[in-house]
Amino acid sequence: MSQAPFYVSPEQLMKDRADFARKGIARGRSVVVMRFDTGILLLAENPSPTLHKIAEIYDRIGFAAVGKYNEFETLRQAGVRYADLRGYSYDRTDVTARGLTNAYAQTLAGVFTTESKPFEVELVVAELGLTPETDQLYRLSYDGSVIDETEHVAIGGQADAITASLAGVRSSQMTLREVFNHGVTALGAATQAILATDALEAAVLDRTTTKQRTFRRLDDAAMSALRED
Amino acid sequence: MAGFPPAFLSSTSNSFVELARSSAPEALPHPGVRDLAEQSPEGTTIICFRTASGILMAGDRRATIGNLIASHSMEKVKAADDYSVIGIAGTAGVALDLIRLFQLELEHYEKIEGARLSLNGKANRLAAMLRGNLGLALQGLTVVPLFAGVDVSRPQGQIFSFDVTGGKYEEHRFHSIGSGSGFARGALKKLWRADLDHEQAIGVAVEALFDASDDDSATGGPDFVRQIAPTIFTVDLENGVTEVDSASVLDTATEVVARRTATAR
Repeated sequence: MSQAPFYVSPEQLMKDRADFARKGIARGRSVVVMRFDTGILLLAENPSPTLHKIAEIYDRIGFAAVGKYNEFETLRQAGVRYADLRGYSYDRTDVTARGLTNAYAQTLAGVFTTESKPFEVELVVAELGLTPETDQLYRLSYDGSVIDETEHVAIGGQADAITASLAGVRSSQMTLREVFNHGVTALGAATQAILATDALEAAVLDRTTTKQRTFRRLDDAAMSALRED
Repeated sequence: MAGFPPAFLSSTSNSFVELARSSAPEALPHPGVRDLAEQSPEGTTIICFRTASGILMAGDRRATIGNLIASHSMEKVKAADDYSVIGIAGTAGVALDLIRLFQLELEHYEKIEGARLSLNGKANRLAAMLRGNLGLALQGLTVVPLFAGVDVSRPQGQIFSFDVTGGKYEEHRFHSIGSGSGFARGALKKLWRADLDHEQAIGVAVEALFDASDDDSATGGPDFVRQIAPTIFTVDLENGVTEVDSASVLDTATEVVARRTATAR
């Protein structure tokens, strides 16, 4: 019977937690978020038609996550509550991805250091700007670290392979159709597989819409129409 | 720990009103000083009826405080979401707050749950919100809504009226609320038929509101000077909620006025 050691260095403690979280995320399927000329595409490998990895947070803010479902579901709902309450207390235009991302980062950092187990999640928060130059993509890790990205970002088990597959792709200059096909190819890059439409989940934040809420899911028919193969 | 308030992470509710009540109660309308009713704008006519393709709801644009007109352009009928509309009679400020809260309640549910509420579900939520508003109502700040919409299970649409205690009643043909509702209802009894097409429905709505404004000082008629028309929304399953543009409403109103002028001679 082994005993817990008297002393564990902080570095070791954090490394163990980080390894634990990373392993949990690496097991799962991936998501890629890409800017295109008239909006932002969120695309996930997800065979389930109901357990979503991609969601609407607010008028111009989308959410994508990988990792443990119940954990990122909790974060998703907290984000919706944050956004709706802020938009109601002030104004709809006062809800920003930056504010939301800060709240996510602090929550994740707190859970990573103080809770008995870190969240095994990686998130993307995307904000559709009024102009393409003001689009924002944020990637958040299990420990609360935030990186802002310019063209596209991938999270999940195959994130590195997907990012490599999309290296140099200036997606913000391309159409939705082009970007969708790049995304599908990239998601299948690590396993050299061509993903079927019913194994995908997709949504866009659409700059051309006249509605206040710009988030729109792409159903199987819409996705098939975009595919070139 | 910084970040989201713990309540955001542990909550299992999909109601925005509940969230606001626990996290930001100061943002909600709440009982205040007594006897505000005399100083708050109110008065209205809102009508709603079945059409061939769904439902139509219309409301006038006037808000009054006693004998004074507080607003010529108040919008009392609004889209609650893509498939339903709500119109409110009563104290103007509380009415607009309630509409805003109700819109957010429906949107919040849809985002948290990932699915829209059924039309009956929406009506029940509205009834519950009215019950919560009873404190204000007892101080004279009453609001009474008219709610209607379509959903997949009832594509022809449903109309719901309410009382201040939150009682919910389904109306099957037409209904009207507000200080001018008696006159509007009389007009609708004569003008309404079950199979009105889009143009005919607008004509009936304009004429009924015209009659209400003719005899109720708290209901405004079409304002040709400022080009302000009654608010008219149609809802059907194919197009969702559509607002009729004010120019066509004013054209229809012009025809009504011409007819009345001719028969008055």
